[in-house]
Amino acid sequence: MDFFITAIILGLCLSVMGLGIFMSMKIFNIPDITTDGSYTLGAVVTAFLLLNNVSLFIIIPIVLFSGAIAGCITAFIHTKFKIDALLAGILTMTALYSINLIILGRSNQPLINTQNIFEFQFFQNQIFNSLTIILIIIILLASILSYILKTDFGIAMRATGNNAQMVRALGVDDDKMKIFGLAIANSLTAFAGFLVAQYQFFADINMGIGIVITGLGSVLIADAFQKLFKLHSIIWQILMVIVSSILFQFVLAFTLSLGINPNLLKLITAVFVLFIVGITRFRKIA
Amino acid sequence: MIQLSNINKTFNKGFATENNAINNVSINIHSKEFVVIVGSNGSGKSTLLNCIAGGILTDSGKIIFNETIDVTNLKDFQRTKWVSRIFQNPLIGTAPDLSILDNFRLAAIRTKPKNISVGINQAFIQKVKESLSILNMGLENKIHQPVGSLSGGQRQAITLLMSVFDQSSILLLDEPTAALDPKSAQIVMETANKLINQLQLTAMLVTHNLKEATTFGNRIIQMHLGKIVKDLKNDEKQNLNVSDIFQWFQ
Repeated sequence: MDFFITAIILGLCLSVMGLGIFMSMKIFNIPDITTDGSYTLGAVVTAFLLLNNVSLFIIIPIVLFSGAIAGCITAFIHTKFKIDALLAGILTMTALYSINLIILGRSNQPLINTQNIFEFQFFQNQIFNSLTIILIIIILLASILSYILKTDFGIAMRATGNNAQMVRALGVDDDKMKIFGLAIANSLTAFAGFLVAQYQFFADINMGIGIVITGLGSVLIADAFQKLFKLHSIIWQILMVIVSSILFQFVLAFTLSLGINPNLLKLITAVFVLFIVGITRFRKIA
Repeated sequence: MIQLSNINKTFNKGFATENNAINNVSINIHSKEFVVIVGSNGSGKSTLLNCIAGGILTDSGKIIFNETIDVTNLKDFQRTKWVSRIFQNPLIGTAPDLSILDNFRLAAIRTKPKNISVGINQAFIQKVKESLSILNMGLENKIHQPVGSLSGGQRQAITLLMSVFDQSSILLLDEPTAALDPKSAQIVMETANKLINQLQLTAMLVTHNLKEATTFGNRIIQMHLGKIVKDLKNDEKQNLNVSDIFQWFQ
């Protein structure tokens, strides 16, 4: 039982990154893989500040800001130098590896006797306590995000990814919008790093490698659900990303619990995503 | 309203494909004038419209709006305070994945900042429905549908209504009906004409449809090789028929 609740909690932590990828990929239509770097950035900034006894309430805005800067850099390279978004993301991600290493000072940093956001006490039971805390955070984030996307500014954001030429004709600087969008996306990703580092009690320089697949996977699965059940409203799309992220971790946990060789985990992950996405395609043909 | 003085635009300067799209064009378009622009392909009609809208910045020359406002160096999204546009491709004017309502909301704040506050309320929905009802396409009952689910003709008609949903003074129509069936084309052009008169807009229409060129507008210019070669005011335009204009192309 605990095993699965742990998967849910981890899924919820990573769903914050899923929401970041949702912003960049679905809202702005930019394949942004700064993620690997900004996720680790969030974790190492958290570790550095925690070790220096900075309050969590100060760490959170700093983490969000650091991710935003990473996103701005990618978006700036993409929009101003007219470099392909994928390449821009790779450039920032590569540069971030060094930055992260400098901030962390070593390749792995345990966070044992430091403050921890999961240690705010609501319940005696540690695992339910963690679940409550992450749920509060996710509900808060999802509400803020779905509100923003419904505002005039949010409509402009959604339109930017959908039809850049149109938003320019309606008085929106699409380049500025994209910079803003990737800033939001990567601050969410960094925030996921903040959560996971504390949940796992360590920050590692390699913890972000390949993490973008987890986020992309949840967005793709969410997309499949959205098409399957015809859910088009923003709040549903956001909820689907969160649910997919949990599902993703669930499948991994389930696979491991079956005693399958952990070396096969990535293969199973890929097949699972392909399976879910494939279902909707087949339905379309039929 | 729109003053162009000696504007030039050359594409691919210095290459074999160099193209002098706009060649020292000067024209003064008065307020409430509805100018029809005809000319063969590559004569610079669309480029001229694009220079006015700011999608293309000119190499030299000056563009003045409202007698005093120099917009020569402003980008397209900065000129939307005055200019609204309809494109030839009916898919460009609207965002397909957004609902009709969201598209209208964005159009309603074309000249205003996009704030972090929800602008869609009952009053706004009512306003959109009223606006849509003049098309007689039944779209007022589909405002929550994504625009991508509509036909090209419907989308172009919506783009047109959107273009005047916020205050505007200049309406640029770049072959708005070229991709539409005759019926939709008629609805779009007649609605455009009605709105231009009602709201007293200054309008420019690029068209290859000579019937449209004779029916609409109160001034007609012909472009050729990046220059304005004919410029007829209303009284002269009244007497033109399709075959007269056809002769210009010989």
